[in-house]
Amino acid sequence: MKDKKEFTAIIAIIIAGIFLPSLMPVYRVQLSELWIFMVFASTWNIQGGKMGYNTFGNILFFGLGMYICASIQISYAFDLAEWTAAGGVKTFVHTVKQYFIGLPLGLLLAGIIPALIAGLLGSLILGLRGHYFAIGTLGIGIAAGEFATSVSIWGGGQGMTVPVWPKVDGQDLEILGGGMNFFYYLSFVLFIITFFVLRWLFSTRFGLILTAIRDNEDKAEAMGVPTMRYKVSGWVVSAFFMGIAGGIYGNINGYIEPTEVAFAGATFGVYMVLMTILGGKGTLWGPIIGALIFQVFKEFFWTFFLGWQLVALGFLIVVIVTFFPEGIMGWLRKNKPEWFGEVIDHKARLAQVKINTDD
Amino acid sequence: MTNILEVKNVSKFFGGVRANEDISLSIKQGSIVALIGPNGSGKTTLFNSIVGTHPIDTGSIKFEDKELSKMLVHEIPPLGLLRTFQQTKIYGQMSCMMNMKISKKVSNNYFKMFDTLPKELDDEAELILSFVGLYEKRNLRAGELSFGQQKLLELAMALMNEPKMLMLDEPTAGINPTLINGIIDRLIKINEKYNITLFVIEHNMRVVMNLAEHIFCMAHGKMLADGKPEEIKNDKRVIDAYLGAH
Amino acid sequence: MILIQAPFLNLQALLDGLMVGSIFALVAYGMALVWGVMNIINVAQGEYVILGGYITFAVYKLGIHPIYGMPFSFLFLFILGYILYRIIVFRVVDKDMFISILATFGISIMIQQFMNMIFGSQVETALTGFGTIFLFDHNITLALVKVFSFVVSIIGAIAVIYFMKISKLGRAIRATAQNARAARILGVDTEKVYAYTYAINAGLCGLAGSLVAMTYTLHPYIGLPYTVRSFMIVIIAGLGNIPGVLASGLGLGALEEFSAYLIGQEFRIGFIFSLLVIILVYRSKKLAKKREYLK
Repeated sequence: MKDKKEFTAIIAIIIAGIFLPSLMPVYRVQLSELWIFMVFASTWNIQGGKMGYNTFGNILFFGLGMYICASIQISYAFDLAEWTAAGGVKTFVHTVKQYFIGLPLGLLLAGIIPALIAGLLGSLILGLRGHYFAIGTLGIGIAAGEFATSVSIWGGGQGMTVPVWPKVDGQDLEILGGGMNFFYYLSFVLFIITFFVLRWLFSTRFGLILTAIRDNEDKAEAMGVPTMRYKVSGWVVSAFFMGIAGGIYGNINGYIEPTEVAFAGATFGVYMVLMTILGGKGTLWGPIIGALIFQVFKEFFWTFFLGWQLVALGFLIVVIVTFFPEGIMGWLRKNKPEWFGEVIDHKARLAQVKINTDD
Repeated sequence: MTNILEVKNVSKFFGGVRANEDISLSIKQGSIVALIGPNGSGKTTLFNSIVGTHPIDTGSIKFEDKELSKMLVHEIPPLGLLRTFQQTKIYGQMSCMMNMKISKKVSNNYFKMFDTLPKELDDEAELILSFVGLYEKRNLRAGELSFGQQKLLELAMALMNEPKMLMLDEPTAGINPTLINGIIDRLIKINEKYNITLFVIEHNMRVVMNLAEHIFCMAHGKMLADGKPEEIKNDKRVIDAYLGAH
Repeated sequence: MILIQAPFLNLQALLDGLMVGSIFALVAYGMALVWGVMNIINVAQGEYVILGGYITFAVYKLGIHPIYGMPFSFLFLFILGYILYRIIVFRVVDKDMFISILATFGISIMIQQFMNMIFGSQVETALTGFGTIFLFDHNITLALVKVFSFVVSIIGAIAVIYFMKISKLGRAIRATAQNARAARILGVDTEKVYAYTYAINAGLCGLAGSLVAMTYTLHPYIGLPYTVRSFMIVIIAGLGNIPGVLASGLGLGALEEFSAYLIGQEFRIGFIFSLLVIILVYRSKKLAKKREYLK
């Protein structure tokens, strides 16, 4: 039951992902955002959902990835400081070759460097638990944005622009239908890769230990589990995908600003938590469903609630968290356990302990 | 027979409270030993001291000649020493089977983290669960078990980890009295068949007398007396400690 | 270096720090109250402060001297806190602490937006016209409004502590903080206690905000640093350690002022948040030596 449903869902997503930009070209940016949001929520879920470590700081990796990718893309062909000082695009133009070497290099490092940082910082930060971890990571997320505001090579508070999609003979390069499409498919592919990596990860011992840490970290340690190793490894995985997501998003957005775009703790940082809770934290599909619903509502209500969007967001947070903390997957699990292969056997509930002393 | 556990002059103070004061004991490999004493005598603190839950202030603790006192909590089970808790600790949101499967001992190799759990694990888990009488409840969430049933689950999880020595903190507390004989039988079987040394904190004197080959008695944080069950039963100091003569 | 060679600079930073720190201590005390009694970390703490500030600013805009805004700020926030408790917060009191963090975070976002819509996003101050005095041959500037704030903060803190000790509600609050179940058995209406505790905290924030409006500046989005400051002070001092909260508050104020001189005002916020992380990590490492962790 579960596998067939899952299989159908995956196929549906893949088909939708491939064809949606042609069906709704107006919404290509929002669709790219959708896949990015799914990466947000899915990676947040590793810490927040599976492991019970609610982080407000994963945005750190997103922002770092964004700046690193852009920096590599730019400095491959030009001087970074000159670029940011000049406000970018007008004076410097990438050749096709420069662009398509800078970009993959940038994306790769956008994943690797945050992952390394997660590995280094991990044992310090992941020693915190519960609300200390939550608030501590909030501090990281916001401090990162504040400090980025003073890095002049990244344009400081003004931010910096990202290289433009290369032109050939005055026309946009036609790979995959232009820059907008290209980055759309990049975000989609990133999500698909993230999904399958996480799907595999959660099926291994690693995934199980994460939930054990969530349920009773002291017990896991008492049973010999080197918990820090698992915690840090999970964070490294999140950091890697968040970094690449940042690199891609920077290119979609066209410019990078430290506290609103890159280290957007107050928006993206909170969205990733909200989406996962809405969909159902701790499950594989919860974050995906949550991101989908969230993005649809957000885009739908943006025009309705002009001026009131953030009030609506605050309200939404309060409502979801107060009345719906188990999320959609949680609700489904309670009402349709068969979908999850969980059969609640009432006989099992009532069974007495039977110790057979004959064997 | 060698001593599998040697505790020498262990002290643990919490501020002004002398929870453990100069405790020494040794346990022979393959034996069943009980730790008794009135509430507050420092028994669980001693357990915590041995398995590294907190650092000790003085003394040494050797398991198979390896010094434990400087090790972290998770470094001790791979050596073969496991403990269960007085207030049961299990993975509440996961099924009993899952609780069992992740309790299996694995090597310290980093990449072992990413192994898929083998199918044989299910069989082994079911075997041990039925050994403790929890087979019918194996798919329930561990959090839904009663206190006594959780105690049995903890025992089963510990067995899954292939210990050489088990430290059990009140294993029969909260268990239906009609089952206690079954538990005593299981513990003796674990000891005889798998040669697992047992070190048991117990308040139930019937269990202690039927189970233990040797008994240590603590009171007020100090080691009061030790000896064979018959000796301890008649030891005036032990009787006074329980009846509160001081 | 600069610290040693400029004693007046030190003294100036210290005085400014103590005066701003007294406001931090007031807000921290309120946070400790709510945390200790209901086990909730009120992420909207800073927003209550700023909102209180805007109330006093509104009074000022009406042509009345802002010090008369203080009781209004206190009262408005007291009532708002009570209402918010009865509508929202009571639902998350007995749940996972993270849920209450998120819920109060949601409240903070809503308040931020309302403040932005009503008061606009420019920086504002409610001018008191208290003037300045100069000491040590014009080397030290003492803005009298800062002295005023300091005095009011101290009086406010003492008043609340006294209230907690003497009044019936205060004793009920302290009893509930120690053991809610026992308090209930003894006839204390814990829901009422929680509501009033949350309201008192909001009122305190309102009063602090009033002082902020007069002494410093207001902006719809500078609430979070106040929240973080009070959180830091509480975890340094420990719940229930009142003198500790005061001392830590003053200390943090001084530390902030010194850092502002050393690394610049623009890094003030970044400094606060990094300090938070450093304190938490340091604390947890120290506890780890005893094989414990921050609870």
